[in-house]
Amino acid sequence: MSANLTPRAKFATTLLRTAAALSRATGRGDGSVIGGRVGLIVEPRLLELLAEGRHVVLISGTNGKTTTTRFTTAAIEAIGKVATNSFGANMPTGHTTALAKAPKAEYAALECDEHYLGQLLDAASPKVVALLNLSRDQLDRAMEVTALAAKWRQTLQASAAQTTVVANADDPLIVWAASVCQRVVWVAAGQSWTADSAICPNCGSHLDRFGEFWRCTNCGLNRPSPQWSVAQQGEAVVGPDGRRYELNLQLPGRVNRANAATALAIASLFGVDPAQAAPRLSEVASVAGRYAKVEREGRHLRLLLAKNPAGWLESFDMIDPNPPVVLSLNAREVDGFDTSWIYDVDFTSLAGRKVVVTGDRRTDLAVRLEVDGVDFLVVDDIRAAIAAVPPGPVEVVANYTAFQDIRAEFNRVN
Amino acid sequence: MSTLRIVWLYPDLLSTYGDRGNLLVLAHRARTRGIDVEPMQVRSDQRIPHTADMYLIGGGEDGPQAVAAERLLDDGALNRAAEAGKPILAICAGYQLLGESFYANGRAYAGLNILDLRSDRGPSRAVGEIAGDAAPQLGIGPITGFENHGGRTHLGEAVQPLARVTAGVGNDGATEGAWAGHVIGTYMHGPALSRNPRIADLLLAWAVGTDPAHLPPIDDTWPERLRAERFQAVTAAQ
Repeated sequence: MSANLTPRAKFATTLLRTAAALSRATGRGDGSVIGGRVGLIVEPRLLELLAEGRHVVLISGTNGKTTTTRFTTAAIEAIGKVATNSFGANMPTGHTTALAKAPKAEYAALECDEHYLGQLLDAASPKVVALLNLSRDQLDRAMEVTALAAKWRQTLQASAAQTTVVANADDPLIVWAASVCQRVVWVAAGQSWTADSAICPNCGSHLDRFGEFWRCTNCGLNRPSPQWSVAQQGEAVVGPDGRRYELNLQLPGRVNRANAATALAIASLFGVDPAQAAPRLSEVASVAGRYAKVEREGRHLRLLLAKNPAGWLESFDMIDPNPPVVLSLNAREVDGFDTSWIYDVDFTSLAGRKVVVTGDRRTDLAVRLEVDGVDFLVVDDIRAAIAAVPPGPVEVVANYTAFQDIRAEFNRVN
Repeated sequence: MSTLRIVWLYPDLLSTYGDRGNLLVLAHRARTRGIDVEPMQVRSDQRIPHTADMYLIGGGEDGPQAVAAERLLDDGALNRAAEAGKPILAICAGYQLLGESFYANGRAYAGLNILDLRSDRGPSRAVGEIAGDAAPQLGIGPITGFENHGGRTHLGEAVQPLARVTAGVGNDGATEGAWAGHVIGTYMHGPALSRNPRIADLLLAWAVGTDPAHLPPIDDTWPERLRAERFQAVTAAQ
């Protein structure tokens, strides 16, 4: 830990904290990115030096990274302090800041952007890597998913000899990437979007699916038997010995029970008793604004972040059946400039309820909803959306920058 | 015609950018006019029906594109549909494989030779908004879409460009897409018809054997507003 840092690394850490604090004080955000950037300029090996001697888990995948990291942190905190990038800054600058801010933490739970997994494996020498899922996301600026899975597979083969991988048995791309590793703990974490894995990533033949089981008709790649799963009945996680760990999550949906299963699987590898960890997950009420509940003029909004087709489908699955729904879509750089993916989302489940659309690309959403036969109202911004619905509960689904705009309207609610 | 049968080919291989949207837009515009639609999704391990009224094929990565071309050549139904004058809409990777040859995985593959064109690799990937002035005889107005492809396409004598490029790259920076008979190919990827409803109507008119002007009008307030926004965005960026 930081006791062993070189003078140069100590200096870099001090500068990093100062830059982050200045950025926060001037209202430019939480300072994770700028702080990390400053620190890494002064000491390029800073991330590696700060990670040394700690027990690290990296958590990556297209969806659920931030929530699973939050759950994992809550679980491991049962036995010690945990450094974590809880603001969603999931590239090396953010990781460096997270570690610098928690010099005494023996553990680190780091959410990792899919494209930086290899770099982090080398720099942080993690004890555990958790791989959640891979599906189409911002294709105009990112890699297509099979190529990304192939890159992971190569990286894991080269760098993960000392690492245990916690991987989703329900996602063929994840199974293919993780199956090169010596030690894998499989979690049945579900797959809400199967269209990117109709074809075997290993050989290109068709995958057959029977209920939750899947296998390749040609090369035999198939669903491994999971050690951890979400209980069929009630809200619980089932562990390797068949034991049930009851959940009482504040976060909605099956997808969050699956995130909880992954977090408990990770925590148990760190020596945490899952029975002790499970109740701690109920304390998580929102994650960097996701699932936050805010009130204005009698409207009780629940904020859901959904960045890609899989995320939107998961959101529609977790919202309550009756309240009005506000949908907000942007296409700024971090969202991806291309809105084509909204045609991969089936909106027909929203038919018959009040739907209000907003965001920079609200007209794209209007055309999309018309094609699906869903009635809608188009408004300029979230304030107008609130005015357009009656007092009572409201579900809000937004993609990344649209979500941040709405959070800003509510004082960057966490 | 009692029911319009629209085949969406190989969604298991070629459906990377919301390609389903074209099927949804066509079905929506047909049903709004009282035309029944039977959408048919055909996987690459299934036979392609000969009896459909329209065929759609979408975009995808190199590997699936090469597999799709091989299976389409084996099956033969798409070539016969083209010979029979059935409307075909082909997007991006699907567009390239209708030509004589295309590049994938670093080598040339034989295409279906439905359109007189061939594709190779460009100097860089073309990613962004694309706009153009369409061939006037098609009566579809200016086109707007999003492109994301590494290929460049060279047109032969027997096809016409779909449009002259006013923004973006398309085939080669000058022209975009191609058409011949009732076959249209384009680099406007994914749900191209959502932004170009008059191309959807042209395909529907071809399928039912009428002139697009004879189709009952549809309230296109939202698609027209979207088109205006995208043309404006492209102009502002230039």
